Amino acid sequence: MPSSVPGELPNRFPQSGSGARSRGVSTSVPARDRAASSIPLLGSELSVLFRRRRTWAMLLALAAIPVLIAVAVRLSSSVPSGRGPAFLDRISQNGLFVAVTAMLVSVPLFLPLTIGVVAGDTIAGEASLGTLRYLLVAPAGRVRLLLVKYAGALVFCVAAPVTVALAGAAIGASLFPIGPVTLLSGDVVQPPEAAVRLVLIAAYLAVSLAGLSAIGLFLSTLTVVPVGAMAATVVLSVVSQVLDQLPQLEWLHPWLFSHYWLGFGDLLRQPVLWDSFGSNALLQAGYVAVFGALAYGRFVTKDVLS
Amino acid sequence: MTAAVGRNASGTGTTGLTIETQGLTKRFGHQVAVDGVNLAVPHGSVFGFLGPNGSGKTTTIRMMLGLAAASSGTVSVLGLDMPNRLHEVLPRVGALVEGPAFYPFLSGAANLHRLDAASRNARPATRRTRVGEALERVGLSHAAGKRVHAYSLGMKQRLGIANALLSPRELLVLDEPTNGLDPQGTREVRNLVRSLAADGATVFVSSHLLAEVEQICTHAAIMSTGRLVAQGPLAELRQAGEARIRLLTPDAGTAFGVLARLGMTPVAGSPETDGAVVTATLGTGAGPDALAGNGSVAPEEIVARLVEGGVRVRGFSVERESLEDRFVALTGEGFDVAQ
Ligand SMILES: Nc1ncnc2c1ncn2[C@@H]1O[C@H](COP(=O)(O)OP(=O)(O)OP(=O)(O)O)[C@@H](O)[C@H]1O
Ligand SMILES: [Mg+2]
Repeated sequence: MPSSVPGELPNRFPQSGSGARSRGVSTSVPARDRAASSIPLLGSELSVLFRRRRTWAMLLALAAIPVLIAVAVRLSSSVPSGRGPAFLDRISQNGLFVAVTAMLVSVPLFLPLTIGVVAGDTIAGEASLGTLRYLLVAPAGRVRLLLVKYAGALVFCVAAPVTVALAGAAIGASLFPIGPVTLLSGDVVQPPEAAVRLVLIAAYLAVSLAGLSAIGLFLSTLTVVPVGAMAATVVLSVVSQVLDQLPQLEWLHPWLFSHYWLGFGDLLRQPVLWDSFGSNALLQAGYVAVFGALAYGRFVTKDVLS
Repeated sequence: MTAAVGRNASGTGTTGLTIETQGLTKRFGHQVAVDGVNLAVPHGSVFGFLGPNGSGKTTTIRMMLGLAAASSGTVSVLGLDMPNRLHEVLPRVGALVEGPAFYPFLSGAANLHRLDAASRNARPATRRTRVGEALERVGLSHAAGKRVHAYSLGMKQRLGIANALLSPRELLVLDEPTNGLDPQGTREVRNLVRSLAADGATVFVSSHLLAEVEQICTHAAIMSTGRLVAQGPLAELRQAGEARIRLLTPDAGTAFGVLARLGMTPVAGSPETDGAVVTATLGTGAGPDALAGNGSVAPEEIVARLVEGGVRVRGFSVERESLEDRFVALTGEGFDVAQ
């Protein structure tokens, strides 16, 4: 069984790496004012995002993953141990593993795909509709708009894995028995505790996708063709994962934004091992800082001609 | 002449300029889209911004609104430097730039809510009322709940104007506001512009519809291939064009002689059934019989001389150049878009 444990941590993100925790220096009162005045815009951003059929289609597609897995397992008589995605062979004993398996399966492609669409669309989508000029003339403020756009993408980063987890738990509970869960460390926890672990995994994935969202946001400031920014973001996520597989590039691995994506196995131990969560968060924060700065540099000086 | 152009109580030229550009230039690669433009839009005016396609009107507007950075030169709007004071200026400006643009999957009202929420200064408490009033003002109340995706071109254009009217504005920048509107819509926009101006707002309208500009504007500027070729009060712009006389007579030969002696340069027009047509530009008198020393020949004096000279005058008129003639004279005849 331990052979199928996802995300044994071969490397740690170098703690000596500096610059990842850069904080803006601004006086607190105007900052609070600015934040307060951004809440209506964030609300409007989220309502536009979640009123689009495309967003719901993507969330539905994500929800379909655990449903497919559960139905397939249900219809087949038995799953040979050790084949297929990790945890697949445990589903028939405990429905909660549908959610875990589905999250694991969606990490390499499906989640990056949906994040690529949302993050790549942030600025380029507004530019291609022509609404960017009206938002800026409103005036939304370029920095404020960029921050709100990124915040909207982050909300989707949370919504996507949560959708997979919820759909997985729901279909798992309806097709399979729910009972005490045996963790990777061998300890047994009761279903409520197991549900907390599911939430932790979803949070881990949301954090994992923050860096990719920042990359998508930056790419989105470069073009007025949203599909271009979306495709480039998704391609980068695939390239990063491929590079992570090449042993010749071992030195590069800890710096790849996808490096810890599958490292959430540590959350299924007793006690929880937070190392990979921390390393992942630090790495993602570094990507957010770098690509956020690039997006800022590009967007505040950009001529809006669409 | 200036008395005839002031439409508002606040008047023109009392508190200076609402928009002022100096040497405003925009290059796209090696193409110069806007070339050293010095605009002066007086406070309270309805300012027509004319020019053929591709002459740089929209590009100028983008620089005025801080959407694009000028390659060189400066812009000040409402007395403040753009784009440095953008956050103070833009809440007081309503704009329609290069046609309307909306989220097709949202209703008209939802689109306005979205754009209003984008403004840092718009009060959320009054948003619903203001959106309703703006829709009412452009006659879209009945289509407020319809998705913009299902709007016609003119409806989108109206919604774009409604967006510019979401808050009380001191300046409205309308880039081709009547594009795609039906005759009623066009009239409504004209009335709207008049009422906004009557409330004291300055309105900057870009257009190629000259008749429209002549009807509503107090001032105008004409762009041609990125350069500003004329600007000023509308009456003065028309004045600058030369007046011509048009004479209908069977005695063309004699008339030529008389006019030439008055220092004019007669030209034969296309003949009509009851006589030949002779035209000449007024006000270039320098011939032996030239009247007043300043070179202007009074029309009634011309008729008197013609009759004295034995010319049978069947028709005589003084024609002033229309704004359209002036426009074509300044921007060229060709139909091809100038580069
Ligand atoms: N994004 C761009 N890149 C390169 N050139 C551009 C760009 N936008 C405009 N131009 C050029 O700048 C010039 C002025 O364009 P602009 O849109 O300002 O014209 P306009 O006066 O608004 O024309 P119209 O009456 O057709 O709206 C044109 O020659 C155009 O080709
Ligand atoms: Mg234009």
